[in-house]
Amino acid sequence: MRNSRGKFMSVGIWKMVGRSLSVGLLASLAFAQGELRFCLRSEPKTFDPLKVEDDASVAIRYLTGGTLVRLNRQTQVLEPELAQSWNVSKDGREISFKLRGGLSFSDGTPFSAEDVGYTVQKLMDPALHSPTGDTFRSGPGNVAIKVISPTQVSITFPAPVAGLDRQFDQVAILSAHSPKKELAVLGAFMVADYKPGATVLLKRNPNYWKTDSQGHKLPYLDSISLDIQPNRDVEMLRFKRNEIDLINSLDSEYFDKLAAASPQVVHDAGPSLDSEFVWFNEVAKAPLPDYKKNWFRSANFRRAISDAINREDLAKVVFRGHAQPAMGPVSPANKFWFNDKLKPMVYSPDAAIKTLQGDGFRSENGTLKDKDGNAIVFSIITNSGNKYRERMATMIQEDLGKIGVKVNVVTLDFPSLLDRMTQTFDYEAILLGFTNPGLDPNEQMNVWLSSSENHQWNPQEKSPETAWEAEIDRLMRVQAASSIPGQRKEAFDRVQEIVVQQEPFIYLVNRNALSAVALDVHGASPVILVPQTYWNAERLSVR
Amino acid sequence: MSIWRRLAGAVLLLVLGLSLASNWLALAGYAKQYRAAAGAPPSREHWLGTDDIGRDRFARVLYGTRISLLLAPAAALLSTLMAALVGGLAGYLGGAWAKAAMAITDLFLSLPWLFLLIMVRALMPLNVSPLTSVLVTFLMLGLLGWTSAARVLCASAGTLRDSDFVRQARASGIRGVRLFWIHVLPNLKPVLYAQFWISIPAFIVSEANLGILGLGVAEPMPSWGSLLRELEGLVSAGEEPWKFVPLLLLVVVVTSFQLLLSKEEGLPA
Repeated sequence: MRNSRGKFMSVGIWKMVGRSLSVGLLASLAFAQGELRFCLRSEPKTFDPLKVEDDASVAIRYLTGGTLVRLNRQTQVLEPELAQSWNVSKDGREISFKLRGGLSFSDGTPFSAEDVGYTVQKLMDPALHSPTGDTFRSGPGNVAIKVISPTQVSITFPAPVAGLDRQFDQVAILSAHSPKKELAVLGAFMVADYKPGATVLLKRNPNYWKTDSQGHKLPYLDSISLDIQPNRDVEMLRFKRNEIDLINSLDSEYFDKLAAASPQVVHDAGPSLDSEFVWFNEVAKAPLPDYKKNWFRSANFRRAISDAINREDLAKVVFRGHAQPAMGPVSPANKFWFNDKLKPMVYSPDAAIKTLQGDGFRSENGTLKDKDGNAIVFSIITNSGNKYRERMATMIQEDLGKIGVKVNVVTLDFPSLLDRMTQTFDYEAILLGFTNPGLDPNEQMNVWLSSSENHQWNPQEKSPETAWEAEIDRLMRVQAASSIPGQRKEAFDRVQEIVVQQEPFIYLVNRNALSAVALDVHGASPVILVPQTYWNAERLSVR
Repeated sequence: MSIWRRLAGAVLLLVLGLSLASNWLALAGYAKQYRAAAGAPPSREHWLGTDDIGRDRFARVLYGTRISLLLAPAAALLSTLMAALVGGLAGYLGGAWAKAAMAITDLFLSLPWLFLLIMVRALMPLNVSPLTSVLVTFLMLGLLGWTSAARVLCASAGTLRDSDFVRQARASGIRGVRLFWIHVLPNLKPVLYAQFWISIPAFIVSEANLGILGLGVAEPMPSWGSLLRELEGLVSAGEEPWKFVPLLLLVVVVTSFQLLLSKEEGLPA
């Protein structure tokens, strides 16, 4: 299966280059072949980069699509790709790109500004229903595209788009003229074969424009074989048998098992952007007794519950140390947007009891009761089958038991949970998490705006029901309307402070970004951002 | 009584005795979390190690055995009685009764019971105690698990109805409930026993599956089902063999039941 590896340094080449050649040159010659293999966890739904929504299709778009700019997954800084340079207008509506000249698509069709115009036009076509296009839709009206020259293009949106340049990281440029349509690509690889339910084979794009520092054409790899395998246990077994080279988003149990056998293959890149949290139902019309609504709508009650949760233990026990206690709504892994003035949340059952006593709660025979004599009992729902969340809920149950709060842990299938969360509001508390949230706060507008459907603790408020929610609304709009990074950061820092004070979400932990890379893969440097292990696929090689 | 039956009886008594004595044998209880020793291997303090959040596995196995050993047979008894009532009577009465009963049975068989259970769980109030959740889980299993057994019993009762000895009894004036009670039901006993014993492990495993779907026994209460979930994701059997103790116990208990009652079922002992 993998016997071609190891043959790519032919004896002839060895003789030719001799010992006088530098180690660097030997290394780059060695990179001339090889196949990387890893698993997609679902069937890709489309190869059209503009229609991409699911993770498997996103992976293929990342490997095959050429973008104007690309977010460096390691430094989290936007870097030029097909565009040599770009400029965003002060009002955040217009972006102009200066493109590289002399580039071609994988089928040889030349690349020009016309292709950029064609792609943006298709992207913004309402009939296409492009999820990527939706992120650019900030107001009514049409997009104006001006192709100034074959290497210059300017795009004007009807309303300011926050983080406009970063959004182009997701836009793979299509050819306006190629008969191969979306299969003509500008990325490092191109789709060569697809066996539904089994494999997607990507081959090196012969017309890829990048070279390494020594002038060798990229990518180093000949091909990438993506096996469609939804079962994580099978993925792990295949990795152990050397049948695949990478595993992304590794489970902490599997991480430890692999580490015990071969510590060099596992990588813990530190806290990821993912966060786990609990929230209480604060919906006024929820079918809950009034006294429970009063508890849940009290910031003191939420803070007390938060104080009584031992986050260090959650990170240490549930995630085996591969998580960090959360400090707020933004993970410290988000280098630019994290508010570093926030302090870690300290576990303090005494502080929790003191806060509750201040609100008239009292303990009777080990049971906490409110001022009207109602015992503090509530349920925490989480999605069944997610063992980490089930364990966290059980540990929270014990932590809160220490201050006299009785918690019933309920695991529900996801559709039932969603129904209670979004339709009937028949729940008390929910434990869930965000996975792969974007770096930019604009990607969380639908969570923080009080009018939004995804404002989970109290969705679709007609007007903000509390002063602090009104302030968050204002600050989120301020940051969204501004194109000055410092101004946006200041506003979003304040949002984080308010959220930590009010605790509409009680943040628990940020999971670490865990991955595994086989020893024969070279150049890998796993990071916290998706795609963790193959973000630099063009520079990976397999021996 | 053969030596195997005696041994099986002794094993069952021992397991039942240990599980009933869990309050004294496992003083820490099934819920206490020794977080500093989470996922620990067997030791003097924790004979079977601890689970992923540090609960003593020995205590959880004992308490879980008590729950499963009492409630799975209760659910099996309920389902077998329902099967006997519906299937046995349908087979005995025959004709339109049998057709109607089997139509109802087929209707129940065609229901996607897993989705039915999910729906029932979704409709249940959220603030139920773990004990209530255990009772509800096994009650639902008992109420929904009678259909296959009813078909078998209907066929067996139908055969008995046309047998010579039943015809003779009928000719000598025995009819109705008395005929069913004296001549048909005793001859259905082997089938009933078989259905009963088959149901016990099936219900225990069903409870484990339901646990994965969030319909099983609520935390922190243990059951064999929830203990078997620990085997999820275990890559090789040699990794942490002590995690197999609940599975081993399940096999031993079910086998012991079979051996102990094999004579009544007419099987070689």
